[in-house]
Amino acid sequence: MTKKKKTKIKPRVSMPMRDAVQRGRIFSEVALGYDQNQAVAEAKRCLQCKKDTCKTGCPVDVDCKSFIRLVAEENFQEAFKVIKDTNSLPAICGRVCPQENQCEGTCKLGPTGQPIAIGRLERFVADNFYARNSCEQETGFMECILPDENLKVAAFGSGPSSLTLAGYLSARGVKVTVFEALHEPGGVLVYGIPEFRLPKSVVKREVDSLKHLGVEFKCNFVGGMSVTIDELFAEGYKAVFIGVGAGLPRFMNLPGENYVGVYSANEYLTRVNLMHGYKFPEYDTPVPKGNNVIVIGGGNVAMDAARTAYRLGASSVKVVYRRTKGEMPVRLEELEHALEEGIELEILASPVSFSGDDHGHLKSVLLQKMELGEPDASGRRRPVPIDGEVYELKTDMAIMAVGTGANRVLTQTTPQLELNKWGNIKADPSTGETNLPMVFAGGDIVTGAATVVEAMGAGRIAAREILRRLK
Amino acid sequence: MLNKILKKRILIPDRVSELTIYAPHIARNARPGNFVVLRLTEKGERIPLTIADKDPEKGVIVIVYLVLGKTSALLDTFGQGDIILDLCGPLGKPTEIRKQGQVICVGGGTGIAAMHHIAKGNYEAGNEVLSVIGARSKDLLLFKPELEKISSKVFVATDDGSMGHKGFVTEVLLKCLKENPDVKEVVAVGPVPMMKAVAGVTADFDVETVVSLNSIMVDGVGMCGACRVSVGGETKFACVDGPEFDASKVDFDELMMRLNAFKPQEELSMELFKKKTG
Repeated sequence: MTKKKKTKIKPRVSMPMRDAVQRGRIFSEVALGYDQNQAVAEAKRCLQCKKDTCKTGCPVDVDCKSFIRLVAEENFQEAFKVIKDTNSLPAICGRVCPQENQCEGTCKLGPTGQPIAIGRLERFVADNFYARNSCEQETGFMECILPDENLKVAAFGSGPSSLTLAGYLSARGVKVTVFEALHEPGGVLVYGIPEFRLPKSVVKREVDSLKHLGVEFKCNFVGGMSVTIDELFAEGYKAVFIGVGAGLPRFMNLPGENYVGVYSANEYLTRVNLMHGYKFPEYDTPVPKGNNVIVIGGGNVAMDAARTAYRLGASSVKVVYRRTKGEMPVRLEELEHALEEGIELEILASPVSFSGDDHGHLKSVLLQKMELGEPDASGRRRPVPIDGEVYELKTDMAIMAVGTGANRVLTQTTPQLELNKWGNIKADPSTGETNLPMVFAGGDIVTGAATVVEAMGAGRIAAREILRRLK
Repeated sequence: MLNKILKKRILIPDRVSELTIYAPHIARNARPGNFVVLRLTEKGERIPLTIADKDPEKGVIVIVYLVLGKTSALLDTFGQGDIILDLCGPLGKPTEIRKQGQVICVGGGTGIAAMHHIAKGNYEAGNEVLSVIGARSKDLLLFKPELEKISSKVFVATDDGSMGHKGFVTEVLLKCLKENPDVKEVVAVGPVPMMKAVAGVTADFDVETVVSLNSIMVDGVGMCGACRVSVGGETKFACVDGPEFDASKVDFDELMMRLNAFKPQEELSMELFKKKTG
């Protein structure tokens, strides 16, 4: 690209946000979304490249170029159909996908630092289009085939992979029953990602539209415990999809890690999001209150936990990370939001032990100073402890956000399922099928913790294969 | 209808009651040692309760609760015909029951109900069950008639001496172990200090000892670690790795400390509930 052309490109249209000071203590959504003028102006920046690399960057192959052109032409209904053709949950993806590594990362305008805001446009379309019925919402067509009660498929877990699978199959005449262990469907979308990033009303809208299509949700059913795969086949189900995620929180096995005041991010976020603990005592679930809070980790979950703690009234929230800011796996946008809201970073530090008072309540953490050494297998410079450089930090609450592993509940009770050495289910990447015939798996239980849209992609692959076998 | 309370039996007025609930899928898959998590209202919390008995043919499970705080007090206002909003289970690893001979089952307070299902499982597996139960006074003893049906002997200890031995279950257990050298296993369910004391007693004998831990839980399916306990120096999640563990390896003091984590909030919740209900 020549210099002359470069200057012709308009900067991307910025999206309205709640003011950092005002939003930092409330749970309302931070990013407010484009209005119609902003969306159209942003869509007009798209070069409509002949070779649309943005589509290949999307794990569910959204035809970005076409839907953006339709937005530019103000034909939003058609744009919605194009998105819905491959993406079941656009209002969610537009908000939580790490677009910089996906569609926007492959945008031709990327090198200018101003790629098309594909995620924001997708969100605009999904938020503002009102489908005439649920079938249209799912497929873009007014009429769907009524689910055939004899063609039954079960899904374990109700996160993004199962929701995608349920939408795809039910719109094509298959009766899908989703078994969810918790009391509300949505998986990580309801217990993990906070309201200020993903309003629960958006998730509910998607779940409701699936219900209208005939998808049955059975909450409080634990796969492998309340209902087993064998029982389902005996009841006439033709296929089973396992999308139970990577919900097992990791701890670091440090001295003092079980003091009162040390929580997994999963526990903390579940208490706040799923159980509405931030409204205690109106809601019954208590949420631990910390004044000087530390969060260990550098990913999106760490940032969600940190921003949540700040919203619950902490006077100081520090994110402790063993590398530097530049290596953090968090989305840049979320990190910026967190910093604007007053979250501090404690970089090149790693916890060694926790101390508590006589009642077993956390009072401080001992941190080891680190420096960056040689690059490791991932290409990132490895953090190396600096000998003897430890320091104490006063803290009354520590949240561990150092990753999650495969949930063992289903795999423990279904020993016939083949697993890899990390406890993830082995599944054929091109079909999603496991070593058990007509048992499919997808999402984090197969790949380990990944993104919402990758889980959706896996749900879509399995759904397509199941449909092919059934018809 | 799913989760409907078919029967309520008041065991100790205003304190302990037994509910028989229609939940065929839980009844079908429940094993001794399993528990359920329940939620009563849209604004409610999730609490774990042990399955005290089940009848898969009738599709029912039995739970026994002690009124301890807001949620259990609210549950106590429920009666026959009412529906539990959310009832999830069976959860946890079932008790490992094998035919091995003499087994002592120790139960304290409300823990007797949870112990009952395990004792019954042992009886059905062909083991000889010696039951040792304790409470503050004889009116607070649960499931004695039920245990008499499946035990070769039921020993009782009460704090006030109103029935059986005056004192703790551990004193009865010690005597029982001395008189029955062939006992293969001791199972104990009850308050943490009691389970800790049982572990202390059996440490001097060559007998396997299992306790069922009652840590704080949120989801009950292994995704949060609220229920974590130290067992043999390793962190375990009571909801998926337990709730039963080798008593000689459990860090009871840590468990006790963690159980008090939300004490002020629990008291506030209860206070507001009392104010509301008068």
